[in-house]
Amino acid sequence: MSNILALPVLLPLFGAALTLVLGRLPRAQRAASISVLGVAVVIAASLVYLTSTRGPIVLWVGDWPRPLGIALVADRLSALMLLVSAVMTLSVLVFSVSSDRTELQSRTPVSIFHPTFLVLSAGVTNAFLAGDLFNLFVGFEMLLFASYVLITLGGTGERVRAGTTYLVVNLLSSTLFLIALAVIYAATGTVNLAHLSIRLGELPGELQAVLQFLLLIVFSIKAAVFPLSAWLPDSYPTAPAPVTAVFAGLLTKVGVYAIIRTQTLLFPDRHLSDLLMIAALLTMIIGILGAVAQTEIKRMLSFTLVSHIGYMIFGIALASQAGLAGAIFYTVHHITIQTTLFLVAGLIEERGGSTSLNDLGGLAGVAPVLGVLFFVPAMNLAGIPPLSGFIGKVGLLRGGIENGGWLAYLLVAGGVLTSLLTLYAMAKIWNRAFWRSVPASVRRRDPVPSSSELDSSDGSVLIATATSSRTNVITAGVLVALGLGLTVVAGPLYQYADRAAADLLDTAHYIRAVLPQGVR
Amino acid sequence: MNGNLTLIIVAGALIAAGVYLLTERAMTRILLGVLLSSNGVAVLFLVASGKAGRAPILGAGGIAGTGMSDPLPQAMVLTAIVITLGMVAFLLTMAYRSFQLNGHDEVQDDVEDARIRRLAEEDEASDSYDESDHEIADEEGKIIEPEGADE
Repeated sequence: MSNILALPVLLPLFGAALTLVLGRLPRAQRAASISVLGVAVVIAASLVYLTSTRGPIVLWVGDWPRPLGIALVADRLSALMLLVSAVMTLSVLVFSVSSDRTELQSRTPVSIFHPTFLVLSAGVTNAFLAGDLFNLFVGFEMLLFASYVLITLGGTGERVRAGTTYLVVNLLSSTLFLIALAVIYAATGTVNLAHLSIRLGELPGELQAVLQFLLLIVFSIKAAVFPLSAWLPDSYPTAPAPVTAVFAGLLTKVGVYAIIRTQTLLFPDRHLSDLLMIAALLTMIIGILGAVAQTEIKRMLSFTLVSHIGYMIFGIALASQAGLAGAIFYTVHHITIQTTLFLVAGLIEERGGSTSLNDLGGLAGVAPVLGVLFFVPAMNLAGIPPLSGFIGKVGLLRGGIENGGWLAYLLVAGGVLTSLLTLYAMAKIWNRAFWRSVPASVRRRDPVPSSSELDSSDGSVLIATATSSRTNVITAGVLVALGLGLTVVAGPLYQYADRAAADLLDTAHYIRAVLPQGVR
Repeated sequence: MNGNLTLIIVAGALIAAGVYLLTERAMTRILLGVLLSSNGVAVLFLVASGKAGRAPILGAGGIAGTGMSDPLPQAMVLTAIVITLGMVAFLLTMAYRSFQLNGHDEVQDDVEDARIRRLAEEDEASDSYDESDHEIADEEGKIIEPEGADE
């Protein structure tokens, strides 16, 4: 029964090999990768059901003597993250399949895209299921390698430049991760999370704090927590839209997941709670101020992405059940919404020829559907009441008030302010790109557009590819609907998140599941 | 456990030198930095595996404490080395591609970022300020294009 845990990691890997072989048959390649990810969604859904009815599922790969081998563990949190990430990767893949045509025109090696994308999804899955720190490292490396390839897809100058920054930063964090691993292994003699949870507690307090700090820095780089987030807005906007979407949705959240996992399981004494709170506050405020200053949609979205990571860190820093539940719910919400927004930004780029707010205008007249597709998730991101963003934020703020410390109250205030500023940033895009009349500069800068690009009736540069992007619009529409669906299922989902948070705080439960006969 | 001080110093020196090289702009130096720091980390894992000079895996009869050295860190370090190898290959490709495109392998600044910074220095980043009008009226021909403007 527990063998099912190997499937979400293995299937995408086999799929990657298969799609590599099918490189010359794009149709078969698409069918293969979509069906693999479709199966992954089904498995993830069944894992959510199994973990919520029977408790954590553990698979000891290779069945080595207990504390030695590699364990794959799915508890409520990882099953939920698996499901959300599987759904997102599937829909982004469907989106990218329909936009293959535009990529082909710019001579991108599409045959590389599918295998890499599947390896990325395998890496994400492996990170979510990892039951030991080294396997977590391997999962991270898998997804990072795939992301290096995806971010430099096509190898244009701008992408190589952005890719280098991304690569060097992640290299540094991987090196730090390895150092942390070496120190942890030297100090405890194990890398299994459950085993570490027992043994780390026996170390002197200062050493524990050092190790916690090291791991925190490593995962904060991946999750883009404030002082370590400078790389993100620099590297994400240049990649193709589907790639950015899946990065924004998933990769940072893997970092958040790793922070949740290590903080709750390995360091239940919470030495660094204050530090995390300050980091969360700075992430929220400085991130959103960055977004407000930008005039390019993808960059604005990258900055809001950084800023909203702050909410999740806030929930983790609270380390209470309410805080963690809020963080988990917010993570799920944010994966969906941020992915959708980046895909819609891709559609805006396709339709308006640019994502710079200086060059956009009057989209509401030409593409009203696009307007709706942007408006709904944008308002969801800002946290307008009936939507899921609001529910997540309220959950987090309630956790903050429950905590009662002055720092927590400061964070609550910061959270509200960030929410308002997000609304401002989204309104800025909405007003400028959709409702403003087409700026004169657009016509000036591009006096003789090629015949296919000119919609001469209103003189703006609009690429007339409405028919080719219909499937894209439908996919984005489905994602927007999913985001709205989160509001509908918010009650059960929040209950699930709450139970997952309770599981996280009860470390003995996790340890008992992984090492039932008990190891010292 | 007792750490080996020499190895720790060697690892520290390698990692420090590697990190210093990582802060450079030329991609070949970054590459060297990666190599140095990853070797440093590999040495650090050797420290974690215990005393030097012990036998490797003894087979089924070998028990921890009877003079067998711990095989697990070595397995981990092998994985890390393989990952670094892939990394180096990728970085080399990027450096080569960058050389193809620009004639050098230095990492450029972000153009959009530079533009925002210029606006901030001129104190013109507020919303009431309509950048598009201004740029066309006053700085004709000097507009920094978001794409393709790297020099």
